[in-house]
Amino acid sequence: MGILQIVIVIAILVLLVKPAGSYLYHVFSNEPNRTDRIFGGLERGIFRLGGLSKREDMSWKRYAVSFLTTNIVLVAFGYLILRLQGALPLNPGGIGKMEQTLAFNTVISFITNTNLQHYSGETGVSYFSQMAVMTMLMFTSAAGGFSVAVAFVRGITGRKSLGNFFEDFVKAHTRVFIPLALLVTLLLIGLQVPQTLKPTLEVTTLEGQTQQIAVGPVASLESIKHIGTNGGGFFGANSAHPFENPSPLTNVIEILSMWLLPASLPYMYGRFARNKRQGWMIFSAMMTLFVLLLGLNFYAESQGNPAINAMGIDASQGSMEGKEVRFGIAQSALFTTVTTAATTGSVNNMHDTLTPLGEITPLALMMLNNVFGGKGVGLINMLMYAILGVFLCGLMVGRTPEFLGRKIEAREMKLIAIAILIHPLIILVPTAGAFLTDLGQGSISNPGFHGLTQVLYEYTSSAANNGSGFEGLADNTSFWNMTTGVVMLLGRYVSIIAMLAVAGSMIRKKAVPETIGTFRTDNGLFTGILIGTVLIIGALTFLPVIVLGPVAEYLTLR
Amino acid sequence: MRRVGNDHIVIQEQNHEHGHVSKASFIFSVIRLSAIFIIICGIAYPLASTAIAQTFMPSRANGSLLKNSAGQVVGSELIGQSFTNPALFHGRVSSIEYNAAGSGSNNYGPSNPDMLQRTSDSINQWKTDNPDVPVTELPADLITNSGSGLDPHISPAAAAVQIPRISNLTGIPAEQLEALVAEYTEGRDLGLFGEKRVNVLKLNMALLEK
Repeated sequence: MGILQIVIVIAILVLLVKPAGSYLYHVFSNEPNRTDRIFGGLERGIFRLGGLSKREDMSWKRYAVSFLTTNIVLVAFGYLILRLQGALPLNPGGIGKMEQTLAFNTVISFITNTNLQHYSGETGVSYFSQMAVMTMLMFTSAAGGFSVAVAFVRGITGRKSLGNFFEDFVKAHTRVFIPLALLVTLLLIGLQVPQTLKPTLEVTTLEGQTQQIAVGPVASLESIKHIGTNGGGFFGANSAHPFENPSPLTNVIEILSMWLLPASLPYMYGRFARNKRQGWMIFSAMMTLFVLLLGLNFYAESQGNPAINAMGIDASQGSMEGKEVRFGIAQSALFTTVTTAATTGSVNNMHDTLTPLGEITPLALMMLNNVFGGKGVGLINMLMYAILGVFLCGLMVGRTPEFLGRKIEAREMKLIAIAILIHPLIILVPTAGAFLTDLGQGSISNPGFHGLTQVLYEYTSSAANNGSGFEGLADNTSFWNMTTGVVMLLGRYVSIIAMLAVAGSMIRKKAVPETIGTFRTDNGLFTGILIGTVLIIGALTFLPVIVLGPVAEYLTLR
Repeated sequence: MRRVGNDHIVIQEQNHEHGHVSKASFIFSVIRLSAIFIIICGIAYPLASTAIAQTFMPSRANGSLLKNSAGQVVGSELIGQSFTNPALFHGRVSSIEYNAAGSGSNNYGPSNPDMLQRTSDSINQWKTDNPDVPVTELPADLITNSGSGLDPHISPAAAAVQIPRISNLTGIPAEQLEALVAEYTEGRDLGLFGEKRVNVLKLNMALLEK
């Protein structure tokens, strides 16, 4: 039953990829289509109010500047609200202003679509902040990232321009995120996720004690949290909390919500490239890596914790520490794999409590950062590896490498090298740094090799803009707030700017005609090369630290 | 195509003539656009969702509260409670003692000595309280901390192993308790997703009615 329910969720996803990918193509190809009639009026209104009636094509620099400026304005607004929340309306819990470094970390975390949370939702933020800061940034950061991905695809597929950031940004909201979020919100409320402005409830339990129960506008945050691959929970326990994720059915809805858009982007890319096979090849490379890592986590968690099994209990349920009974191993393993593949970062079981081999799955997916990936960044990263793969093959046979009929030259390779190398740099250097300081070491809550994994996980999650955590780490200190804040910023913006620059340079190149000697990027051989490139680069950079953390812990527990 | 091209030229000329004016208007545009989405996504959307929820699905939207036969609210169907009375069914370990003002757990890693100590203490306590059931039948969910600290469920096996204890203390025959557990066992969603489970609060409410 465990494997069957996983296979069925994957099958539903695969069936949805083509319709969703086609829809995204229609929205962003900017050719007239039926959706204009539904959304056109609203969009014209927004453009008029925003003073954007003229929307000329943008150069890559102008696109990047527009994206960055919008993010700066939104982040400034968010910071102000968090600092002033004590004096603002919709604060029935009487929650005071957020501390400076925590507010810094929080707004960066949400604008970079990371949603690492060093605060706890029940006690740290008012309902107004949950709505106007968290929920709002969940939309805008996802729409911004989506726009960049679309511009990148236009660039490398040789469309006439990268497009206009504001047009993409508005359409991503009106035609994708807002309608989907409303639909999923209503589904979740129907399945018992609360949506109320009432304050925390107080009840007398069956045994006569007083129990407080935090509620709030949960469903409207929960839906966009997954659709926008954000992952920041309304409550501290995130999607393990029965109010955020009451049943296996809501669990499946949340899994599909966060997986659908990232998984449809390769298909959309195939449509842009006028060769759907290109898209399916990227998709199958992603799915292969996904299934391998899902299998590892499912197997490891089903085996249970050897140290507990040795105490002689019935171990047939697997490792249940940090998991919920309604989800069991299958729904927990699938959620963990999807949330770290799609860089969402919500959790329905506590990753800190995973078995040593089970921990490798979320870590590896965030280290690779290109298996589906959130809000378009995963597709960008995978295409970056595809270009690298073509380049390596070109070197081996001594030809100028080409990708989609355009020559790959020194400038593109330099930019891609920067984007690939920044990721391990901002994970491994801060991890090593944290171990050199008492400020970093003092926050570790689990002794031994697991403690190393806690620190490694925190920076990996920040760099990949994922946001899940080994939550035992006492991370609400100035040290962690500042360092992870900087890592999240670098993780988001360096690769986005480098990739927009690649797109800007590819779009100017003349297409070279395809000949018999052209290296094809739409067949199984290339999928194999792509998976190989990803795994070799990933293993070269991260294998040593994986051995020091999870593998060493596995060997001591066995 | 031609219109786009013309616009482009016009804008370039404007940029040339009033460079800083267009920069200011660019930033002003960004601020206006941001304000629009702050209002739509941050205020209108959550408030509209709340209005729909409160109009059409008020009980689901307000925390799925449960009432006893006297009409008093005794908790939420979705939020677990702490049970210490040995004559009632017990739920899972919760480091926050089911205080739903917060949520979460200690996040103990699999090799954490505190976690291993806590688990072995729970097993010893279990042996004392349930001498009739061999420890090899004790399911893992009863001695582990849930992720939320608020898990309202236990597995059917975890309910079954508590029946001898409760039967001894209450005098209710084991067969009746087995029937009660079977009645309160929820299947997989759509017969497929998730695990079979028993809601401890609902089960205990029914037990107290007996």
